[in-house]
Amino acid sequence: MPEGTLCNKKPIETEEALKALLADKSGKVYYEEMKSLEIDDKLLWKTIQNTLKSRLRTWLKICAHCGMCADSCFLYLINDRDPKQVPAYKIQATLGEIVRRKGKVDNDFMHMAMETAWAKCTCCNRCGMYCPHGIDMGIMFGYLRGLLYQQGFVPWEMKIGAGMHRVYRAQMDVTDEDFVETFEWMIEEYEDDYPGLEVPVDKEGADIMYTVNAREVKHYPEDLAEAGILFHLAGENWTVPSKGWEQTSLAMFAGDWAACKMQVESVYEAMERLKPKRMVGTECGHAHRATVIEGPYWAGRKNGKPPAESIHYVEWVAEALRTGKLKIDPAKRIKRQVTLQDSCNYIRNNGLKEVTREIMSYMVEPGYFVEMTPNKEHNYCCGGGGGFNGIGIFRPQRNKALITKRDQILNSGAELVIAPCHNCWDAIRDLEEEYKIGIEWSFLKPLLISMVEVPEHLQAKE
Amino acid sequence: MFAFLTGFMLWLSIGICLIGLIVHLVLYVRGLNWQLDRVAYGAYPAQGFKGAVRSIYRWLIPFGNHSWRKQPFMTVIFFGFHVGAVLVPIFLLAHNLILKEKLGFSLFTLNPTVADFLTWAVVISAILLALRRVALPEVRILTTVYDYFILFISTAPFITGLIARYQIGDYSFWLTIHILCGEALLIAIPFTKLSHIILFFASRAQLGMDYAIKRGGMKGKGIAW
Repeated sequence: MPEGTLCNKKPIETEEALKALLADKSGKVYYEEMKSLEIDDKLLWKTIQNTLKSRLRTWLKICAHCGMCADSCFLYLINDRDPKQVPAYKIQATLGEIVRRKGKVDNDFMHMAMETAWAKCTCCNRCGMYCPHGIDMGIMFGYLRGLLYQQGFVPWEMKIGAGMHRVYRAQMDVTDEDFVETFEWMIEEYEDDYPGLEVPVDKEGADIMYTVNAREVKHYPEDLAEAGILFHLAGENWTVPSKGWEQTSLAMFAGDWAACKMQVESVYEAMERLKPKRMVGTECGHAHRATVIEGPYWAGRKNGKPPAESIHYVEWVAEALRTGKLKIDPAKRIKRQVTLQDSCNYIRNNGLKEVTREIMSYMVEPGYFVEMTPNKEHNYCCGGGGGFNGIGIFRPQRNKALITKRDQILNSGAELVIAPCHNCWDAIRDLEEEYKIGIEWSFLKPLLISMVEVPEHLQAKE
Repeated sequence: MFAFLTGFMLWLSIGICLIGLIVHLVLYVRGLNWQLDRVAYGAYPAQGFKGAVRSIYRWLIPFGNHSWRKQPFMTVIFFGFHVGAVLVPIFLLAHNLILKEKLGFSLFTLNPTVADFLTWAVVISAILLALRRVALPEVRILTTVYDYFILFISTAPFITGLIARYQIGDYSFWLTIHILCGEALLIAIPFTKLSHIILFFASRAQLGMDYAIKRGGMKGKGIAW
């Protein structure tokens, strides 16, 4: 059977196809079909010839096999220094081998490559900082994922995720109506506590256009209310687009580049339509990576920037606290050991290490903030990045990967971990569930709400 | 024979090496693609240049970045090998005498004791690099025969050079072998992984630009390599 009914090379384009794939519990049929999925080696080789240019080609060629990347990889360290987890080995044994064989690889090889690409690398990009030649294997694994996706060798959840973006322009089955209604409903819930609180939808020329993660709409609607409340308290002129509100991209984790382009273009269209001064995205790492850092390139924007200046939520919070738009009640500052999770996607990959620490300086009583080791751009992945959190068949590997972060947190002595990133937040929640180390974890928003001063004119009347 | 090796063959091997390296660099730069690499190289030349220079500089300084500091043994043998491997061939007095004779000028020359020290450092470091490949499982799994071959042809001119310098055995025989090894190395450079002589700079510059332009270099203090 060259192409399965569920597992095949075709992307998910319709709601019907998406539902059929979702109905296959845990991807049982999907993975069964994958066992006999054929490889289109001509397409594979042609794609490589068209897209593997000097950067990747040189990286594959000049790797000195020195092994200096080994210690940089948390998956190598946590898997008892298994030599098969050395980043250079992982990429040479997969992408390197496909190139050497000019695309002529078999089904077993592709299964091995799929496991390597999604369960042995979270695309955290840490190894690239430790290689003398500057070989960034995270980037290469991202590229490999694209090749595997094209051939249909992609974990079930990733295929679904990419399909969601194609069908709904969101990572989950949340429609534009669902988004607006949920946001409005959540704002209504808090109207009495915060007089004048509203969610301006599709307001043109606002200072801020806010974009979110569809999970917030579907599973954590409180987060939407909290965002609205904080903008309200800061006196911001803000809006949300009724279309193009989803900042995330599971398509990026899946390697579905066409879907990545569709997704970011929906956000860029909203920017062009509403002409906000800036876009602020929610507390999500990969969403920022997808829409602000990588997105402009998918959309063919030569200056590498989205149509409007776009910042991460932590940048907005730091600015609001710095300028006094938001004021923290000194009595309510955090007075217990607290640490900060550095998200690979915007700390290592977007230089926001200083602003996050600036936020801590306002929120935490001096003496209570502790760093993990290593930290900032050298921090380890939470253990669930790059889609690892969401892939059922690789759950045992993911749970093992969480031990790195667990031990980093334990060694820091922190009782509370601030994680302004959905993926990191999930991973830390899961590690607490799995290993019960007695810590708490939080996004910034609920903590800020509990400690900011409400200006007199915005206070609720008795 | 000797005249041929220090005449035609010398120019041929140097020519192949230099032209080959230039071709590598030109092809590398031409193959960069802002959209596929997802780096807006052309849009921010000043930031890109600064990032490229920083990325190279940090790695040319022993213990100049987190990676070198994390692996001090490797750092010592890496620089022990590379410093001599780069400086001795270019600045050795004997090599510059040939240069003077052929082209009428010579470069700064190394003090002979320093040159001896650096050459021994190359040979000893090469042995340690080879042993490291055998001893460490994370390096062993990556190592192929080709890696030993590269190490061997890079070190052979230094070993034979030392034999000739201390006049062990037949001086003219070892000198001839030394020149042959050196020329073989020069010719091999563009056709093997030794092309990293230029591609190291290209690749480091690229990643430096990537971080400077796209991955936060324009926000905050930039990456701490």
